[in-house]
Amino acid sequence: MLEKALTGSRRYWAWIFVLLAITGIGFIYYLKQFNYGLGITGMGRDVSWGLYIGQFTFLVGVAASGVMVVLPYYLHNYKVFGKITILGEFLAIPAVIMCLLFILVDLGQPMRFMNIFLHPTPNSVLFWDAVVLNVYLLLNILIGWTVLGAEKKGIAPPKWIKPFIYLSIIWAPSIHTVTAFIYAGLPGRHLWLTAIMAARFLASAFSSGPALLIILAMFIRRFTKFDPGKEAIQALGKIVTYFMITNVFFLGLEIFTAFYSQIPGHMHPFQYLYAGIEGKGRLVPMMWTSAILAVFSLILLINPATRKNERTLAMASAAVFISLWIEKGFGLVVGGFIPNPFEKVTEYWPTIPETWITAGVWAIGFLILTVLYKVAVSIREEEIA
Amino acid sequence: MDRREFLKLTAITAIATAGGISALEILRDKELEAHEAHTPDTKPLTAKRWAMVVNIRKFKTEDDYKKVMDACRRAHNVPDFGNPKDEIKWIWTDTFEHSFPGQEHKYMPEDLKHMPFLLLCNHCDNPPCVRVCPTKATFKRKDGIVMMDMHRCIGCRFCMAACPFGARSFNWRDPRPFVKEINPEFPTRTKGVVEKCNFCEERLAVGRMPACVEASKGGLIFGDLEDPNSDVRKVLGSHYTIRRKSELGTGPGVYYIV
Repeated sequence: MLEKALTGSRRYWAWIFVLLAITGIGFIYYLKQFNYGLGITGMGRDVSWGLYIGQFTFLVGVAASGVMVVLPYYLHNYKVFGKITILGEFLAIPAVIMCLLFILVDLGQPMRFMNIFLHPTPNSVLFWDAVVLNVYLLLNILIGWTVLGAEKKGIAPPKWIKPFIYLSIIWAPSIHTVTAFIYAGLPGRHLWLTAIMAARFLASAFSSGPALLIILAMFIRRFTKFDPGKEAIQALGKIVTYFMITNVFFLGLEIFTAFYSQIPGHMHPFQYLYAGIEGKGRLVPMMWTSAILAVFSLILLINPATRKNERTLAMASAAVFISLWIEKGFGLVVGGFIPNPFEKVTEYWPTIPETWITAGVWAIGFLILTVLYKVAVSIREEEIA
Repeated sequence: MDRREFLKLTAITAIATAGGISALEILRDKELEAHEAHTPDTKPLTAKRWAMVVNIRKFKTEDDYKKVMDACRRAHNVPDFGNPKDEIKWIWTDTFEHSFPGQEHKYMPEDLKHMPFLLLCNHCDNPPCVRVCPTKATFKRKDGIVMMDMHRCIGCRFCMAACPFGARSFNWRDPRPFVKEINPEFPTRTKGVVEKCNFCEERLAVGRMPACVEASKGGLIFGDLEDPNSDVRKVLGSHYTIRRKSELGTGPGVYYIV
């Protein structure tokens, strides 16, 4: 089936080469980082995780969101999603690969990564995260490939694949729950030490992921002969709406607990993120952008007229995606370290090499996404023809 | 980066992707152990639970602090990068309000407010760093010392996020050029691994007290918490002491007389 990705329009190849170029630049910067050490990034003693781990956390959510199209189709026989389950599964694959790559580029001794499996440590959440992410990756490759392969031959998917599909439905929330536990179980980091961390992660995953799917589905409809269907896009729009409301609600719960209790340690990270402390507020503009985009998206999503209008729905989806990318891919991880446990403010901002390495990993992700979607769409186009 | 280095790097990356390197790492560990094995000339100091009391009243001049920190720096090849971003800390100082956040108040004695406190790894009873480490590179010994295996550490820095005392430092770059005078008795570190105070286990093993304790002239008291006749127990029984963030339940093994 992969041969479908080897033929394409000029625009397709131009896109592929742009991604390869970004990957190349990112790789050169990675060699530099490999040579010098992680000191090449903006991270330091006080803020010891930054953009890489932020991207990892955000992308686990995107990966998990595939279940939002798979579950209604397989468990509720919601036929409308039949055409797009493959898009959800094929989105999960590059998302998980990006997660793993972001962990790898964040390691101080990347050549020792196998130590996680050579010395399995069940008390470490990171060990479990490595396990659930890899299993989720394998599940999606297996299911996506088998179902699409059957479709290509014009037959129903084999029966043995069903248990794997049900397993993947249970597995999806687990990857994001385990990722939340990386943060939620640490003493002395007030922003993260919250029982609703996993719930917040799932709410943001199930809004940002389907929001991306809406944009991808609209893109595919515009540039190929395959139409994911208006009804499917509208159903995704409703999913995004409910989970985005939940997401903002959960953030509100955190802010209430911190500020009504008036416990300084709980208030500090929020003060730093949204107002700045001691005149230091590098993340403030970004966090407010995120907040404004969230409100803007909710206005468009809750109002039925703007949700049903595909132009405004696309705008709302982009707003949701960017808003949550800032909140989770940046603010949540960095904010957990500021102020540090001694109530000192050390700020963080990614460096140029760090930004290129990040861009490089995203480019690899988009490359895999492009190839997989090209295969899926080509097979659909053949069916139509 | 010259051509040779680039080729080397590319080759290493290729091998690493195959996942073969970890096996080499294990071999290297063994070599090192064999190399380091030597018969101590003095009987090792042992305890059921090592602990420390910092009597901050004994530290009067800047020099008193400096001696202690320098002794540690020399003993463990701790680099000095000259900037806070890359800084490696084994034993360091900070003010009362930053050492015991939340316990300070406006009207406390001025001298106490500005007095530097010596800070180091607390060698907790229930260490969060050990709990989160995905490779057991950091582990707790039976005698309470929380140790690092710098050859196993993958540099994920989960332990740094988990430690509420900022006791863990990461080698953001190659530390060797920044060690003033290399002490051949203790290994230097490579970039990309986490390190911290080890209660001088290498000295205890040959019957010597920790370097900082030796240099402190009674300001730091070190001993067995489970032995009622030990120095630490005597001091703890006769003075009011506090510990850093004991409310988090990690059970810090470093006590302070203020």
